[in-house]
Amino acid sequence: MSVPEGKPSDLLSSYNPGLYFDELFGAMDLPAEHTALIRQRLAALDFDELRRRAQDAERELYNLGITFIVYSDKDAVDRILPFDIIPRVISAPEWKHLEAGVTQRVAALNLFLHDIYHDQKILKDGVIPRDLVEGNHNFRPQMIGLDVPFNTYIHIMGTDLVRDRHGTFRVLEDNGRVPSGVSYVVENRHMMQRVFPDLMQDIGIRPVDNYGHKLLDAMVEIAPVDDPQVVLLSPGTYNSAYFEHIFLAREMGVPLVEGRDLVVDNDRVFMKTTNGLAPVHSIYRRLDDAFLDPKAFNPDSLLGVPGILEAYRKGNVALANAIGTGVADDKAVYCYVPRMIKYYLDQDPIIPNVDTRICREADALQYTLDNLADLVVKPVGEAGGYGITIGPRASKAELEDCRAKLLADPSNYISQPVVDLSVCPTVCDDAIEPRHVDLRPFAITGKSTWVLPGGLSRVALKKGTLIVNSSQGGGSKDTWVLEGGAA
Amino acid sequence: MNLLSRYAECIFWMARYMERAENLARILDVHETFARDTRGATNWFSIVQLNADEKDFFSRHDRPTAEAVIHYYMFDPQNRNSLLSMLRMARENARTLRPWISTEMWTQINVFHNKLLEMSVKDVAAQNLSKVCTWIKEECQTHTGITEGTFYRDQGWYFYQMGKYIERADQTTRLLDIKYHTLLPSPLDVGSTLDVSQWTTVLRCTAGYHAFRRVYPRGMSPTTVAGFMLFNEGFPRSVVMCVRQIDGVLTRIRSRYDLRGGSAAMERVDELLAALLSRPIDAVLRDGLHEYLDWIQLQLSVVTTEIAQAFFGVQPPLAVQSQSQ
Repeated sequence: MSVPEGKPSDLLSSYNPGLYFDELFGAMDLPAEHTALIRQRLAALDFDELRRRAQDAERELYNLGITFIVYSDKDAVDRILPFDIIPRVISAPEWKHLEAGVTQRVAALNLFLHDIYHDQKILKDGVIPRDLVEGNHNFRPQMIGLDVPFNTYIHIMGTDLVRDRHGTFRVLEDNGRVPSGVSYVVENRHMMQRVFPDLMQDIGIRPVDNYGHKLLDAMVEIAPVDDPQVVLLSPGTYNSAYFEHIFLAREMGVPLVEGRDLVVDNDRVFMKTTNGLAPVHSIYRRLDDAFLDPKAFNPDSLLGVPGILEAYRKGNVALANAIGTGVADDKAVYCYVPRMIKYYLDQDPIIPNVDTRICREADALQYTLDNLADLVVKPVGEAGGYGITIGPRASKAELEDCRAKLLADPSNYISQPVVDLSVCPTVCDDAIEPRHVDLRPFAITGKSTWVLPGGLSRVALKKGTLIVNSSQGGGSKDTWVLEGGAA
Repeated sequence: MNLLSRYAECIFWMARYMERAENLARILDVHETFARDTRGATNWFSIVQLNADEKDFFSRHDRPTAEAVIHYYMFDPQNRNSLLSMLRMARENARTLRPWISTEMWTQINVFHNKLLEMSVKDVAAQNLSKVCTWIKEECQTHTGITEGTFYRDQGWYFYQMGKYIERADQTTRLLDIKYHTLLPSPLDVGSTLDVSQWTTVLRCTAGYHAFRRVYPRGMSPTTVAGFMLFNEGFPRSVVMCVRQIDGVLTRIRSRYDLRGGSAAMERVDELLAALLSRPIDAVLRDGLHEYLDWIQLQLSVVTTEIAQAFFGVQPPLAVQSQSQ
């Protein structure tokens, strides 16, 4: 299809993604054919008009209460996740690749979890060091020997992907405990349909609004009875992701309960209703393991349900995600996922990891020491983000300090290159400018795996920054997966 | 479909806070009208008395000036009887209930609350108070309309009605009580021009003036106005009308959903209704209107406690006397 380019004075004419891979334009040597019509329409717009629509969208998000809560000293303030109205577009073949890659990864991680809580073959075969798994604080001995329906542990998975300078998608992180963000995927689409219907017209975008149905299907599949009572267990209105809990409960059409609404009697779970206790069979819990059952885990938790672990172990109630999945989305274990895929599935990873070197291995340690100034060195221990050394930004003294630590305890470290995240045109104060983005697709697994066509595209709104987290000025974009066939 | 006890409680209170906010706007509106009369600013104090807020009010204000009282009842976040606090409570309940209520219900309350939050005392300088009160009334009525038009009719709807009518009955007694607080009964005033104009205002602020006129085309007396507001069978804000609604809602929800609890609440409501229907207004006025209104408020609070114990999972107080909301 050939589309005439916009006039030289158009809105995108001075746009320059620099050396980064651009999600709308593609690489310089690989122009993105599938976005031509979208680019043409964007280019024809007036910047003030674009700004106005962006403001309308943000106003509406606030009014709809599509917000997360930020706590200051005394007040709880509602903030919207800033929304950029220029979409991030994924072509049909690109998506096919991602979908297969995410599905493969979920399969491998579920096999891994089943294995480590049963025969531990992968540990016996020495593919993954035993201490990395059994010494992990998210490893739950209570799960050993317990069978879960379809051997599915990670029913809801969020895989963080980034795209490097060459346009290659890579896995940055697995989120297999309580991944969040899917509500924004659906709400961003609704928002686009309201404020930008003319941009979407006839493009052929795959819908995202059946996520709730798919999730409910999985919750029903894993339940111990036919026609089960499904609920969503939330920590409550003060949780920053409360909006998402509301959203998912509504989309599934199930009650949103808090720990105080549930009781366990005779190893069965009930909820307190206006007509007394009513049985509960399947729980989508948005609560970490540690808070789930004060009898079994953190005894100080007021959010959980005493006795729920025993009800789960007896098979009277299903939990999604299963208990003990945290060991699979650990930073150190992440490094071994490609080998896991090979071990369990005898396949190569469809989506590669970011090149990661496991410093407990001699070659990797040597490479890391030799290239320290160009690498990011991360401790694999507990605290996320703590103790990271970013080579290109570190001082000489810091590098030497890092070197000493590596030599003293190599197995506590991994190293990665600095990834140049891809960019996407974004509405900024005075013009459309490139901003870095990542992508979190969501996969639901009961009997089989389904990947939501799209995902959360987070965007680093601050110029030059690579950090897309909402706590650090990140926003989000609608993610369009295009329908297959000729557009 | 089961209804969580916690949701039932939130629905009940969301309805109450919205109804309460509407009535406070009505009361503030009336006070402005009274304040314009010859008696001047002293009238503002009666609203503090009416809500029994004297202690809290004087802990932060020296005198009950118009400005202080208006701020206290519009924006003071520490005053749980201020409009802002009520809206915050209504919104908190609505937020909890978002999986249950319609998006339109939530959005309207959210926007209403946020607008009130952005407002300043300047916006309600005395000459604008009436305008602001009208706006609040209209927002509350919009809420009522959206709820009527979008709220799914299951158990939740019944708890909404229960909350709304209990609150409305309670508020009507309070509004009527203003008259008592504003003009301590003085035989000289009865039937004077001022007296009549104030009774008229009470009627107007409950939007009952024209209906009253239709029922009593000639003459307006404390007896007829108080009788109308307490016992009229057609006036939507009369106490009898509200209690009949509570009675009907309780009966229907229990039979339709086979609810086991609630018989004690049912008995209380029946007793209250019987008592209301058996006492002529002359006798009420003779024995003291204020005392009678107090008694009704107490009965409504007991009904609330019974409902909470039957459906919200609230434990009845044992040895320790606990104050329910």
